[in-house]
Amino acid sequence: MKIAVCIKQVPDTSEVKLDKTTNTLIRDGIPSIINPYDLHALEAALSIRDQVGGTVTVVTMGPPQAEEALREAIAVGADDAVLLTDRAFAGSDTLATSKTLSAALRALEAELIVCGKQAIDGDTAQVGPEVAEFLDIPHVAYVRRVESVSPTGIKVQRLMDDGYDVVEAEVPVLLTVVKELNTPRMPSLKGKMRAKKFEAKRMTAADLGLAQGDLGLQGSPTQVNRVFTPEGRAERKPLSGSLDEQVTALVAELKKDNCFC
Amino acid sequence: MFLKVNTERCVGCQACLDSCPYDAIMMKDDVAVILETCQLCRACLSTCPEGAIQEIEEAGDLKGDAAPDAGSGVLIYAEQRHGTLAAVSMELLGAGRRLVEQVRQRRGQAATLSAVLIGGDSGLAEELGRFGADKVYHASGPLLDSFHDEAYSQILATAIQQAMPEIVLAGATAIGRSFIPRVAARLGTGLTADCTSLEMDEEGRNLLQVRPAWGGNIMASILTPHRRPQMATVRPRVMKALPRDENRRAEVFPLDGGKCRTRARVVDFVKEVSMKVNIAESDVIVAGGRGVGKEGFALLTELAELLNGTVGASRAAVDEGWIPYGHQVGQTGKTVCPKLYIACGISGAVQHLVGMQSSDTIVAINKNPDAPIFNVATYGIVGDVKEVVPMLIRKLKEARA
Ligand SMILES: Cc1cc2nc3c(=O)[nH]c(=O)nc-3n(C[C@H](O)[C@H](O)[C@H](O)COP(=O)(O)OP(=O)(O)OC[C@H]3O[C@@H](n4cnc5c(N)ncnc54)[C@H](O)[C@@H]3O)c2cc1C
Ligand SMILES: Nc1ncnc2c1ncn2[C@@H]1O[C@H](COP(=O)(O)O)[C@@H](O)[C@H]1O
Repeated sequence: MKIAVCIKQVPDTSEVKLDKTTNTLIRDGIPSIINPYDLHALEAALSIRDQVGGTVTVVTMGPPQAEEALREAIAVGADDAVLLTDRAFAGSDTLATSKTLSAALRALEAELIVCGKQAIDGDTAQVGPEVAEFLDIPHVAYVRRVESVSPTGIKVQRLMDDGYDVVEAEVPVLLTVVKELNTPRMPSLKGKMRAKKFEAKRMTAADLGLAQGDLGLQGSPTQVNRVFTPEGRAERKPLSGSLDEQVTALVAELKKDNCFC
Repeated sequence: MFLKVNTERCVGCQACLDSCPYDAIMMKDDVAVILETCQLCRACLSTCPEGAIQEIEEAGDLKGDAAPDAGSGVLIYAEQRHGTLAAVSMELLGAGRRLVEQVRQRRGQAATLSAVLIGGDSGLAEELGRFGADKVYHASGPLLDSFHDEAYSQILATAIQQAMPEIVLAGATAIGRSFIPRVAARLGTGLTADCTSLEMDEEGRNLLQVRPAWGGNIMASILTPHRRPQMATVRPRVMKALPRDENRRAEVFPLDGGKCRTRARVVDFVKEVSMKVNIAESDVIVAGGRGVGKEGFALLTELAELLNGTVGASRAAVDEGWIPYGHQVGQTGKTVCPKLYIACGISGAVQHLVGMQSSDTIVAINKNPDAPIFNVATYGIVGDVKEVVPMLIRKLKEARA
């Protein structure tokens, strides 16, 4: 089976701290990592490959240094890697990103495409389903377990707000995965050696045969208008006195606000 | 199009360095330089006190051509699951009403609020009218009672093409976040995920879509200036539903749901037991974090029962295995908006705050006076959970007696 995994290099947002006095993000020395959900996507692809045979190709769209993420994926066990990089891709929103990725995935003739549920920088969770639509293939989001895989179809569990659905899908299909699906494997020594020398195949807008109007900022209907730090809440009601007095005052306030009856 | 620093104006203050989420600005010879890695997010533009960062249009850069006047009105996707309307459907009708009203005031143009219901029975369609819909498009068919992405996106996209709204809203639920992107891709338009605030701009044309990004560390305001419709998914429990009006009626139009193709089929559904108590629906939540300790959760349960509420938790407490994931509040858990949220032994990391800070009243109990949770708390008590919670339980019982 030809399997492709979409991975994204993101800043490690869990390392971001807020400077309380200036209300700005402190980002000094924040490392770039593979989007954590995408590591689970990669693991899913590798274990399906190990089970039914085939190849795993990782694909990323990003600046030249995103190749680092692809090398990490090679070290973990991916067979091949493609880097979509071009100045024309800068400023892509989810629609333009999906269009670009889908052009590459079409060229790869992937039968199974695995994405993370969402990328932790934007948290949109839109790229997977949009890619599936552009490729005109089915998708299953939030896959939490793969029950079975055959050359023609796949059976998975899809996490919902109230439980899970069991879904059977025809191949080709795109999956987006949640973390509880698996535990990503560590890079092997052999993989690390291979990754060192590995050069990903590069593709530009011209290679993908995409029109300028579909790419980057021009191909992005949404625009970031303003970015700001979330504000604290205005209304604060101080409680004073000893602990006992504070709790008594609190109970009185809650009663006044009808918070309990 | 790209961003460039005007070296005459740049004073080397480095303010832009901190504003860039992609580390794409560097200092060189005491002036800022924007690197190739720039994602054009424009966060730096407003940060520069000297106005030294400029947008440069490259030759042939069209800024989009779709007429922003195409379409009118607001259309919401009314979600049903297993024959019951999701609460977010009513919230979207409330939000939609407000937007329609803003369009009327700012543009002097009356607009329609419509809803698309896929699956479910005609009773649900009528119910949408009572919560504010003017028109309801209802598709039914055997395949549609379960959630099938392809069928749902075909139907919704077709309905949008018929109704031509300028704004489309859906819940940022498991269902909405799975198939609405397909609809946006089908229509070739923009989609903003998981919005927490929606307003029309001053002209009443563009929708200002505000959403958290970066794990909740920053908020971004997003526009879709050149394409229609403008589409957004909206976080549940953030918008307010209108009161139900028994006498209100919507016009109901059937939609053809019979010919849908689907290559992925739902063959079974398993309800999760741990999700029986849906914290997102509770009016009172008593939440515990790492500071509560394993045994402390019994105390919280007692307090929650006393207040007719449920127990929530921070991720730290869930990771410790003190309580199942279904109770987690925050970025990677549930978003809640109860009347009363009592945070016990929770530090108040942004990822937790984004999930609860719109609660009506927040009480924080923490032994560290500098814990960030106090920044969002209506009432703060600095103290040990093991001491304060039993005291609170006792005094609540007294107050009730
Ligand atoms: C991508 C990402 C997503 C995340 N998503 C979520 C999410 O959805 N929800 C979430 O909650 N977190 C989330 N987190 C984790 C978050 O950053 C914090 O680590 C977490 O919220 C901390 O939980 P806590 O406040 O319980 O623990 P801590 O930060 O350890 O705080 C414990 C607090 O208890 C106080 N305390 C200790 N003992 C006592 C006592 N006896 N009496 C009173 N107070 C006491 C301490 O002063 C401290 O303030 C996420 C993180 C990342 C990176
Ligand atoms: N630039 C990109 N390159 C490769 N894959 C991506 C990219 N952006 C998003 N993805 C994939 O789409 C998923 C969802 O991303 P998002 O819609 O941005 O939250 C990620 O987990 C990746 O699998």
